Amino acid sequence: MSTPYLEFLRAELAPGLMEGLWVSVLVIVPSALLGVLIGLTAGVLRVYGPTPVRKITEAYVSLFRGTPLVVQVFFWYFALPYIKIAGWSLVLDPIEASILAFGMCSGAYQSEYIRGGLNSIKRGQIRAALALGMTTRQAVLNIVLPQAFRRALPGCGNEIIYLIKYSSLASIITVNELTGTATTIAKNTWRNIEVFCTLGVYYLVLVTLAGWILHLIEDALSVPGFERPRT
Amino acid sequence: MPDLTAAASAETAPSDAILEARGLFKTLGGNRVLDSVDLSIGRGRVKVLIGPSGAGKSTLLQCLNFLMPPDSGHILLEGREVDKRSKKELCAFRQQVGMIFQDFNLFDHLSALENVRVALIKVKGLSKLEATERAVAELARVGLKDKATLYPANLSGGQKQRVAIARALAMDPKVMLLDEPTSALDPELIGEVLAVIRDLAQGGMTMIMATHQISFSASLADEFLFMDKGRVVEHGSPAELLGRGSSSRTQAFCAKISELTGEAGDGAAGECRL
Ligand SMILES: Nc1ncnc2c1ncn2[C@@H]1O[C@H](COP(=O)(O)OP(=O)(O)O)[C@@H](O)[C@H]1O
Ligand SMILES: [Mg+2]
Repeated sequence: MSTPYLEFLRAELAPGLMEGLWVSVLVIVPSALLGVLIGLTAGVLRVYGPTPVRKITEAYVSLFRGTPLVVQVFFWYFALPYIKIAGWSLVLDPIEASILAFGMCSGAYQSEYIRGGLNSIKRGQIRAALALGMTTRQAVLNIVLPQAFRRALPGCGNEIIYLIKYSSLASIITVNELTGTATTIAKNTWRNIEVFCTLGVYYLVLVTLAGWILHLIEDALSVPGFERPRT
Repeated sequence: MPDLTAAASAETAPSDAILEARGLFKTLGGNRVLDSVDLSIGRGRVKVLIGPSGAGKSTLLQCLNFLMPPDSGHILLEGREVDKRSKKELCAFRQQVGMIFQDFNLFDHLSALENVRVALIKVKGLSKLEATERAVAELARVGLKDKATLYPANLSGGQKQRVAIARALAMDPKVMLLDEPTSALDPELIGEVLAVIRDLAQGGMTMIMATHQISFSASLADEFLFMDKGRVVEHGSPAELLGRGSSSRTQAFCAKISELTGEAGDGAAGECRL
């Protein structure tokens, strides 16, 4: 009847998933970077921004944390082209729409961790920096952010791990990343259980790798008083 | 005490005042925390702020370098009024006024050396090499050359405060403001910080210090300012205010402190009765 699992994996499943894996990485890495960038910016604005800016960033965070990611993905892909500003509209291909959707959503969560990190740094250190003649900007960049980033890193890392998993949603707007590819193979071969269990292993490996990289970063930035909590 | 007013008015002459504050008012949470405070300090002078907790000492010190902007009043550095609306001028002014805090406020992610160096690089624009040389020299001055690579988490309270002093000194301040520099320290660590402060005073540093170390500051200060409810209610030399037969509030306050703390090692009670 059908070929044994190992033969199926070698000949069909692994080569297919390998292609999907590259697409996944192509979506995940820029989304994660975008998310961290947006999260840093929004987090800083939420703590140090003038009130109107603070309100706007708060609204952004509520909106993107309060709506399902599927809806957001559909919005960027299907609805965005209908929004015309001065006669122009933006049409994104599926990969671009996914990166934007994941980056914006991730940024909302990242900003929470960054904000927590910023608030954990005692105001006295800013006063000390100002007293030395630093501008507020220099104090935030040189004194507060490096510490806040270290404090926020475990949370931000977790968020990136979630991002790796929810990147599978890109498949609903026809991106042939890991999950999209797996769905196609499953449909064509009727070997659902084997395909999706294997897919799970791929994500597990990705998440484990990301976890290692994050620990490497944490250790590289570790100084006394900011060590990674060991379990 | 007519001689007191004479001394005070002589000092307000613009020629020898390094830092001068005129008519400072500050209201916080509905309380008048500073109520028309005037202050003027000449080069190489040491003034000590004493008074009960909540008197407004910290507020005054923070208003003096605009960490907390006063509601009204004027601050003059070497006779020139500081324009607090100009950010550039404010930063330039603050560089020349060193500040020491009760709880040190070291930058926790930087080593002792980097704490001293960071503003030299970012504010004064020194090269990393120049800044490092200067930072090492300042750490040596406070007796911490061998602790340069340690982080705040691994320094004792006394060492942290000495790093904070080195950090302020590296900016070549014209005047130093010290807000209860030893109040957060364990008793056995107070001495090492006081020794550094004494060295500074003897080296001619101009200082305004809030403290409860009465006998120590009596031996350094040119003038005591006794604050209560946001006002300077008494001022004069330590000998005048604390001397035998003085019925000053300063005297009563100091006697109470030394009674409470039993400042035996420091001999405050003894010196309060001078
Ligand atoms: N942020 C604030 N809001 C309201 N009141 C404050 C604030 N900060 C200080 N105060 C009040 O101002 C007064 C003076 O405080 P402070 O300058 O710290 O006194 P000191 O240093 O002499 O102990 C106190 O009564 C204190 O409660
Ligand atoms: Mg105080």
